[in-house]
Formats: sequence, C-alpha cells, structure tokens
Amino acid sequence: MPVYTLHVNGQEHQVDVDADTPMLWVLRDQLNLVGTKYGCGIAQCGACTIHMNGTAMRSCSLPISSVGDAKLTTIEGLSSDAKHPLQEAWREHDVPQCGYCQAGQLMSAASLLSNNKRPSDDEIDEAMNGNLCRCATYTRIKSAIKTASKNM
Amino acid sequence: MKDKHIENKSRRHFLKVTTAVGGGMLIGINWLGCQLDSVPEEVAKAMPNEWYSFDAFIKIGDTGLVTIMSPNPEIGQNVKTSMPMIIAEELDVAWKDVIVEQAPLNTEWYTRQVAGGSQSIRQGWEALRKAGASVRKMLLDTAIKQWECQAIDCTIKDGVISHSDGRTLGYGALANEASKMDVPEEVELKDAKDFQIIGKSQSNVDMEGILKGEPLFGLDYKEEGMVYALAIRPPAFGQILESFEADEAKAVSGVEDVFQFGDKIAIIANSTYPAIKAQRLVKATWKQKDSAEDTAYHSKTLLEHLDKKAKEPRRVDGDVQQALKDADEVLERTFEAPFLPHACMEPMNFFADVNEKEIRMVGPIQTPQWTQQRIADLLERPVEQVTIQMTRMGGGFGRRLYGDFALEAAEISSKINKPVKLTFTREDDMLAGTYRPASAYKFRAGIKDGELTAYHLTEACFNGQMFGQMPSNFPCGAIANYRVDCHNIESNITTGAWRAPYANFLAYAEQAFLDELAEKMGKDPVQFRLDLLAKAKNTPVGEAHNYEVEKMEGVIKKAAELVGWDTAAPNQHLGFCAYYSHNTYVAEVAEVVMEDDNPKVSKITCVVDCGIVINPTGAKNQVVGGILDGLGHAMYSDFKFIDGQSQSSNYHQYRLIRMPDVPEVDVHFIESNNDPTGLGEPTLPPAGGAVANAIYSATRQRLYKQPFVKEMEVLG
Repeated sequence: MPVYTLHVNGQEHQVDVDADTPMLWVLRDQLNLVGTKYGCGIAQCGACTIHMNGTAMRSCSLPISSVGDAKLTTIEGLSSDAKHPLQEAWREHDVPQCGYCQAGQLMSAASLLSNNKRPSDDEIDEAMNGNLCRCATYTRIKSAIKTASKNM
Repeated sequence: MKDKHIENKSRRHFLKVTTAVGGGMLIGINWLGCQLDSVPEEVAKAMPNEWYSFDAFIKIGDTGLVTIMSPNPEIGQNVKTSMPMIIAEELDVAWKDVIVEQAPLNTEWYTRQVAGGSQSIRQGWEALRKAGASVRKMLLDTAIKQWECQAIDCTIKDGVISHSDGRTLGYGALANEASKMDVPEEVELKDAKDFQIIGKSQSNVDMEGILKGEPLFGLDYKEEGMVYALAIRPPAFGQILESFEADEAKAVSGVEDVFQFGDKIAIIANSTYPAIKAQRLVKATWKQKDSAEDTAYHSKTLLEHLDKKAKEPRRVDGDVQQALKDADEVLERTFEAPFLPHACMEPMNFFADVNEKEIRMVGPIQTPQWTQQRIADLLERPVEQVTIQMTRMGGGFGRRLYGDFALEAAEISSKINKPVKLTFTREDDMLAGTYRPASAYKFRAGIKDGELTAYHLTEACFNGQMFGQMPSNFPCGAIANYRVDCHNIESNITTGAWRAPYANFLAYAEQAFLDELAEKMGKDPVQFRLDLLAKAKNTPVGEAHNYEVEKMEGVIKKAAELVGWDTAAPNQHLGFCAYYSHNTYVAEVAEVVMEDDNPKVSKITCVVDCGIVINPTGAKNQVVGGILDGLGHAMYSDFKFIDGQSQSSNYHQYRLIRMPDVPEVDVHFIESNNDPTGLGEPTLPPAGGAVANAIYSATRQRLYKQPFVKEMEVLG
C-alpha cells in the first residue's frame, strides 16, 4: 500500500492505506479524528464535511490519493480554542439536538462565511442545503450563522 | 405505593454506594471511576480531591463541585441536561457547579432507563426530585448537628448553608459527614414558585464536546485491540441466504475474515473502509423463503380491510351503523401512509466484547435493559455478566428501541473472541430497518339535523394497531354514536415504533377529516372543535375519554388568538390542528402563501401544554424539531417496496426536510404548575394536519395521502 503524507489541522501525518480510501475513514480510523461523521458515504448528507485549502468538501467522497499537498481542516481544527464565531454563536443559540450532524454543519457554515461574510437568507439556504439535520434544528443553525456573520 | 417504592429504592442505593466509598469496593459499573480529568471552564468550583457518594444520582466533592448522573439514554431529546436539572433544583446547588455524566445501565439503582414514549421527564420527575431533596436534607441535617441548631435557623442557596447568625458551611465541607447519614424516609419538595434552575434555559451539557468534535457517539467509540465488522443481510424481506463466495472480498488488504452467522454474513477488518470494500465484493445468493411483498400489495390489502368490521372493536358508544343509516348526510374519507425508515443520522452500530468473564457492550441504545436481557438469552449467559454503557445517540426516533444491531455485534464478538465494533452502512441502515408500518384510515361521519351524530374510524395497519387508550382520544366523548375498529395485518417486513407511533399519521388523517367535516357542516373549524369539546365536557358519552377538555380548549384558544384566526383576511391561508398525545396537548396553525401559483408553508404557530417547562431552550428545540420532522415527512418522504426490497437505499432516494424547506416556527407554552410531561414526540403529529388544512385553504385541494408531494407535484 502507498504511504501518504497528509496535512491535517496544521500537523503532518503519514498514512498507509489503499489509494481509494476516502478521507472520512482515514480521519476517523487512522488519525483518530472522529469529529468528522459518517452519514451516507455518497455526499448526500454533509455530516463528513471538512475543509480542503479552506473550501468545504465531503470527505466521504474524497479519496486520499486526490488530496496531494492540500491543507485539510476538520472540526477539531476549526479553531485552536473552540472560539470560532460560529462555535460561539452555536453556544448562544443552543443549536444542537442529537448533535451528530453539527460538525458538518459548522464546517459548511465556516466555508460559507469565509467566502461571503454577510450571506443573505437565500445564500445561507443554498450553502447549507447539502447538510441534513434529522432532528431539524435548521432554524437555530440559520440564526447562529447570522449571529456569527455579524461577529466576524 | 409509588412513593414508598422510590424511598425504599433510595435506601438500597445509599447502602450500596456507601459500601463502595468506605471499602473501596465498587459495586455496579464505573461510578466512582468516572471522574473527569479536568473541570469545564464555566464551572466555578475547583476539582475535588475526594468525592463522596450519596445516592445513585449524586456525588459531592470536597470543594463543593457536584456530579449528577443522568440516568436515561440521550437521543437528542436533551434529557442529559433536563433530568439532572431537576435533581440540581431540589439539591439547591448552582448549575455551574454541576458536572453531568451519563449513568450506565443499572437496574438496581435506576428505574426505567428507556428513551421512548416521551416519558423520561414525566416518569422521572418525582424520583429525580426526591433524589435531590434527600441529599439536600442529609447535608442540612449534618450542618444542624455541627451547629447544634434548628432547621429554622438555616437557609440554603447555591450549595451553601447559612445560619442566621452569619456562619456558613458549603456542601463540600459537609459532604464527607453527610454521606454517612441514612437517607431520609420523607422529604419535602420545593414549591414551584421557588424554582431557581427549573424554568431557566440551560445549554446542552454536551455542547463543548459537540462543538469540538469529541468522541461522544457510539460510532466514535474505540478500544485497543478492537476489530471492525460489517454485515451483509438479506437484501429483501422474505429471503434467506443460500450460499456465498468471498475469495475476492478476503483479498482486500485489511480484511481478516468473512463468515456466515445465522442468515447473515460477517466481514471482519482492521478498519471500516476495507470492510465496506469487501462487503461489495462478496457474492451472495439468496432464495425466497417467504412472500415478497410490494407497495401495490400493501396498499390494496390495507384498503380491503377498511370496509370490514373488526371482531373486537376498540371502542363502541351507541350504534354507529344505525346512526349512519339514519343520517341526512354521510362524509366518508380514506387516508393512506407509507412505510417509513427512521433514517437516523448516525447509522446503527455497537461495540461488543464477549469474553469468558463478561459481556461488555458500549453504544447507542434506547432500551439498554431489554437489550441486556436479549443478549444474555442469545449467548446463553447470566444477565449479570452483561454490562451496557450508553453513548450519546445520533438520533433514535424509535429505531434504537430495537437492539438487533447490538445483538449482532455480541454474536460476532462471541464467534471471533475479540472486541468488535459493528457498523451499518447507510444502505444497511435503510434496507434492514424496523420501519413505521404502512397504514390506512377510513372515517365515516353522519350528520343529522345539522348535528354530528355518528363517527366511525377504521384502522388498517401492518404488524400492529393503535396503542392502548388512543381509541378514546378526541373527538370521543362528544358524539353519541362512536366506534373504532382496528385491523392488524401481518407482514414479513420488520416494523416498529417510529417517533409518535400511530399518532404520527392518525393525527393528520383525523384533523384533515375534521376540517372537511366542519366545512360540510358550515362551521368554522376552530369553533367546530370547541363545540365538540363543550359536549365532551358537559354531556360526555360513554366511558371516560382520554383527554382533559380544559387543556385541549386551552391550547386551541391560545393558538387561534395568536394567529388572529377570527380576523384573518380572506387571502390569508391558515390551517388548524390540535392533538393530544404522549400526555401533552398541542395546537398548531400552519400558514401557506402562494408563490407563482404554488403553495408554500411560510409559518407554523404552535401552542403546547406540557405542564412545567423544565428547560425552555431545550423544550423549544424539541417542539420545533418535532414540528419540522412532522412537516417534512408529511410533505416529502416516500418509501416503496418491490419484491420485498426497499427502493430507497440512501438519502438520494429518500427525501428529508432540508434548510430551504423550513418555515418560520413560533412556539408558545401554556404557563402551568402541573407536573411536566414529555416533548420528544407530541408536536410531530399535528404538523401534517395543520399543513394539509392550510394547503386546502390556499388551493381548495384536499390531501388524502402522504407524502403530499405525490398528490400535489407543485409542492416538490
């Protein structure tokens, strides 16, 4: 099996897995970064969202062989002190119910706000449409994104 | 009787736990062993050197920091926050000085460790209060002894006991002595007006872990030496395994073994992905052992039963057949709903370590006690050898009541003699579900001289019929001739409870029918319901009905007032619905606007009477979540079978509500000092009815089948 060098949350890792292994399972099983969640495996639910060079990607559909030198960020590395404006807004709005999809929601929202500091309602809907929340905390997710947008 | 039971139970807890403290013997499972390494930032008091245990729920450290065990499984209904809040309230500590931990399954210490039926808060209320109040009294009595004073000299606030002369003693200083006292037989509970914690919003206790991506869920659980397992189950209901070939699958690097267990195949690997790859490479042959059902058969069979009388009707008042015959007009309508998967975001999974000494299970389960017994039975081992540690759950909705996945994990671990984590892929989860059964309802109403004289409800459902008292729900008691017939039809598709069982569809069907009935009788839908309630109150028909008229009236009137029902403009399209389930009263009003000639749900107003609201932020989250869940499934979610096989294997073939579909939701609670009831389920059932009635108001089209998008394409 090939050995890959990965840059995740500012750290370098060597990983020895098959080329087609999705980053989701590399993160969870090899690197012990279990904040990134498995939901569907086909990029339909967004629970596995991470950043590749700052852009939201579904890690379940991202084979390790396609990552190259890219810098990856997971929920564990969204901020060093868990005080990203979105994390603060999530606290303020007490967003989660079961909480399982929330890492993916936060990573999608962070990608949105890094490209568009003041998204409209429709832009939030569009950016977050790929993230399922089975508990349907959508109204709080949206409110929290708006609060974070104001505080960015 | 109930009180006594609780008191006796506390005494036993006390004795057991103090043994553990005194002699260092640990009875039960990691109670004193589960201390945190660090104190969360917002906790004011320092991490103690010593912890002292009082009862099954509470330990207090020498610094005054308190740990409260949350007894019930957490599936997102927020009981891990709200149940400890009830204990902390009666204990009289500051919430910031409380650390919450998930209790393991312990049938001696705790009662009803179940997440189901919206019952955790309602059934836990008294025991949780007494647990807190008992320890408060032990601490107070210890202070009184030390000060040689009277209770009247003392006041307690935030874990500090103050004497009228100015002396103070913190719980931390008293904990050692107090923990040696007998648990009091009788305790006084607080008056609701004195609540400091209950009724004030407290953030989810797992918030930090969720925000940082910490391992909280079953799927995140790992142990040294553990292997990963996937299973292959029959692809269609009614099929069994004939043979399989796994050479190619076994050649995948990381795959350790592929073997048969029961009618299934297990794949063992060193991590998840090799097992997923191997699962696709196993060539299995299945044979049809039993009937291969499909959706057309389901629909036909349900409808056939709706014109039959049940051998034993569930409720009969008067003579509904005669009254329908005598009626001036009869309204008859049929409603249909499909099977539904639970589609929890976290797929089913469980960790099992079956060895000679013990059977250690860790994972997401709504019914740990039942599962413990089933595992003991399956492996023919004493139940005492089975321990279950509950993880946070990525949703449940009823699916995790059925521990089939835990049993599979235990069986696989026992076969390979290794600790194992079994994971379902999303496809496994969708195809091997325990579905909400497809069902159909027929309503027949008779109108004579402008009055509703007959009401006949017939249910047809696969593998079940409406629960206990449901046939005595509204509008029972208000109609002279009333009858409920239920037909339970067997199916080989596995079915089970799905958030708000039966009510999740019956509420829509009934409330849409009542809307149409009101229109036929020329009555306002809200006034129609109030008139029926007045009859149920003043001249109740038959044996007791299953709802309190005043509470139902309360939510209806409040909701009507909030939306301005009586003064709504003709182009304002509102739909009304009120339903009682899971001991909670809910009224919902949906508003629909026309956009490019298509109806769009713009707002739902909801009024809830659940007694005392423990944690307003969590309660509101549940209410909104339940409404949107009900709305989403009523509108969009369809699930079909062909030849016994589900036609939806993943989220691309099963539509759930997403952010752009979400309307504004306005939530109100009726102020109340009544004992609290649950919120996990009761706001879901009325959503479909409110929306169907509002869509009718906007389009003049009635909807008789779920999901609505099948009936009205423009909704998609």
